Amino acid sequence: MNKIYILSLVALLLITGSCKKDSDFLDVPPKQVIPEETAFSDPALVLSVLGDLYNRQRDFSSLDGQPEERPYVIGDQPGWRTFADFSEAFPSENGSSFLVQRSSWDFMEWGMWNYGYIRDLNLFIQRANAATKLLEADKTRFIAEARFLRANYYFEMVKRMGGVPLITEPLTYDYSGVVTNLQVARSKESEIYDFVISEAEAIKSKLPSDVSQKSRATKAAALAMESRAALYAGSIAKYGAGTPQVATPGNEVGIPASLAAGYYTKSLAAAEEIINGGAGGYQLYKVLPDLSDNFAAIFLDKSSVNQESIWIEDFKVNSGKVHGFTTNNQPFSISDEGLDAGRLNPSLNLVEAFEKLDNTYAPIATKDGSGNPVYYTNQLDAFAGRDARLAGTVLLPNATFKGKNVDIWAGYQLADGSIFTSDDAGHLKALPGTSVNIQVVGKDGPINGQEFRTQSGFYVRKYLDPQIGSGRRGRQSDVAFIRYRYAEVLLNAAEAAFELGRISTADGYINQVRARAGLTTPLTGVTFDRIVHERRVELVFEGHTLFDMKRWRLAHRVWDGGSMTVNDLVSNIGSATKRNTQPYALWPYKYYSPGSPNNGKWIYKEVLPSAVTGASRFQFGNYYSLITNEILSANPKIVKQPNQ
Amino acid sequence: MKFRFHYIILLSFVLGASSCKKDNYDAPSSTLKGRIMYNGEEIGLEYNQVPLELYQPGFGKVGAIAASFAQDGTYSTLLFDGNYKMIIPASQGPFQWRETTAGVRDTLAVTVSGNQTLDLQATPYFMIRAATYTVTGKTVLANFRADQIITGSNAKTIERINLYINKTQFVSSADNIASAEIAGTAITNPAAISLTATAPAIVPAQNYVFVRIGIKIAGVEDMIFSPLQKLQTN
Repeated sequence: MNKIYILSLVALLLITGSCKKDSDFLDVPPKQVIPEETAFSDPALVLSVLGDLYNRQRDFSSLDGQPEERPYVIGDQPGWRTFADFSEAFPSENGSSFLVQRSSWDFMEWGMWNYGYIRDLNLFIQRANAATKLLEADKTRFIAEARFLRANYYFEMVKRMGGVPLITEPLTYDYSGVVTNLQVARSKESEIYDFVISEAEAIKSKLPSDVSQKSRATKAAALAMESRAALYAGSIAKYGAGTPQVATPGNEVGIPASLAAGYYTKSLAAAEEIINGGAGGYQLYKVLPDLSDNFAAIFLDKSSVNQESIWIEDFKVNSGKVHGFTTNNQPFSISDEGLDAGRLNPSLNLVEAFEKLDNTYAPIATKDGSGNPVYYTNQLDAFAGRDARLAGTVLLPNATFKGKNVDIWAGYQLADGSIFTSDDAGHLKALPGTSVNIQVVGKDGPINGQEFRTQSGFYVRKYLDPQIGSGRRGRQSDVAFIRYRYAEVLLNAAEAAFELGRISTADGYINQVRARAGLTTPLTGVTFDRIVHERRVELVFEGHTLFDMKRWRLAHRVWDGGSMTVNDLVSNIGSATKRNTQPYALWPYKYYSPGSPNNGKWIYKEVLPSAVTGASRFQFGNYYSLITNEILSANPKIVKQPNQ
Repeated sequence: MKFRFHYIILLSFVLGASSCKKDNYDAPSSTLKGRIMYNGEEIGLEYNQVPLELYQPGFGKVGAIAASFAQDGTYSTLLFDGNYKMIIPASQGPFQWRETTAGVRDTLAVTVSGNQTLDLQATPYFMIRAATYTVTGKTVLANFRADQIITGSNAKTIERINLYINKTQFVSSADNIASAEIAGTAITNPAAISLTATAPAIVPAQNYVFVRIGIKIAGVEDMIFSPLQKLQTN
């Protein structure tokens, strides 16, 4: 009886359970996919979609490196390596020595062709436009942000590839077997720049004017992009006339010289709109009393005190979006991670470009007029009286980081001219005539071929995070990468004004940037060489070097493949066409000659690190990166790049 | 079941025999080679810098089979038999190539059937001729003349002339241990130019060097070189 009761109860339960409708059981909405209409109904969800699109922007130098993007980027590129080229720095990691051993760049280098991202941006704009449940204000801002990202990405592409197919609607394949309607030819180079400029004009009033908003697009970001893009287009038009080989008959590459003045005017107008406060109260960062510390702090300060940075790629510790720039480049003796340190070493070529406070150029004095070494009491004396940006960008010998001094010296210089050193700081030796073993080389190098210690005599300071634990692999760093900042806007304005013949206006803008760096004697009658120089020292390691040299058509002259002598290095500093093909080092030595007044003082020597065997050669074919055969055969309307 | 070894031998023989069937294409085996010359004279180039492209239409995707010229202007490619189109891409090489319209270079149709040699004719802007070298210790003195070949509206000027010395037979602006330079504007008599360069000590020691003279033409990327010369030094 009891058995029957239990069995019937089970049967009843089973039957009741199956009473559910088939459709209720089978039509379960997937939990890992958010449908379009849901995603575009809530501003928080739209923002998270947009966040992914922000993350997929591409910078030339990015603190967290570059993920693989075949066929152009093979393997993940670590964040520091993209900074360590063009002879502005030496890579102190044996796996990256190819940067200084090669004599030319591959035509594939710097290429990008990510139309998957363009499509996602186009889809976002289309879907946001169609959304019905969003507030009009939210919708306008989201669409303007996506259009900003799209314009900025097209700008990044045109810098590298020249005119590319301009696609502003998501393309759809109709399964007809015919794809000709999807094959779009390359636009003219000028048309892409026009697109960037017109998009910036169209969206600038739809974006907020908010100085404290740095990681999302603002009106100032749109104007800064417009100013830079118009400046690039103007200089390609003007200086491209000097290299008629770097052009295609259909102007997919190359801009007619007649358009130069128009672009410069637009660049100046956009920059002046920011300068005159039309997009919020932006100004140069002048907070700390020490000008070098102040310059370094521009890149560290993310608070609202920093009214210089306009648009940044932000990072946050413990959030997953962090980068290992400090881990990779911290000084060896101050490293939080033992052997993980010191990869990016600024070159002497760069250090010498920082001028003296009286606006003159001079190499770091190593020898006096009669060829005798110059003796310095303190290591830092050799760099005294220079542009404050030098010590703000480069960690000089004996400079402080995290409260400790870096220990950079290559050994003892004995009175008889010989050098007394060892292959490791821990390898102690007794000086001639003594019996006590002492340290004979700096803990931070330089020793030829010793990776992770400086081999150029310098460490990088820009972006190096002084927070406790910033060098640990587990924590890493959240220093932001600044994509647009006010100082660059001023320099854009100065260059555009100079090219338009308004020299005194140009003087005014460039002198603001220089005064912040301690160069208080104003320049009058700025020249092209001065503008080239100013952008180099102000914006080095910010991803400008290559594109500036390309647009001025200086790249094939500066990186001409000839090797450099010390004489080449120390002469003609400040000339825009100065050869810069091999990164030199400056090695400090301690003078040992008991009884001599110079005993214990410092001397310096210019050295070419032994790993530097190549000399950079920029070919005409490097001006615009290769469009691969894969792309060319998929779309016969695409024309090839010139000189490849 | 009793283990019978001869079954296994039989089975492996059958399997082995059935796998003898060809399942792959032959590798390309026809060599197309030749050199680029001006009236039978060698046009010296930089190794691996002047490209040559071969297209074989009719096989799916279009893409070039790329090759490049060696230092002495020779090239060599391994191809399948068939019809090819050969081109030296626009503005490559320190010479003029026949053009159909301005800036568009003519294509050469090549039928490959077995090994064959195809020499190409081009007109260089300049030639370095009658180079003689005098060695004193490690110092090389070169005397030569620079002959302008293309004159008239297409003429170009000399940007600079370099004497390069290297310890291996690859001698160019990228591969050298010593060089000397004269700017085009400093040349007074193109029929008698001399340049002097001194080779540094070579480690490990060797008592010979290789030299070439290169001429850089204004507005042309590739240099044109004199024939390679091996010199005994002390």
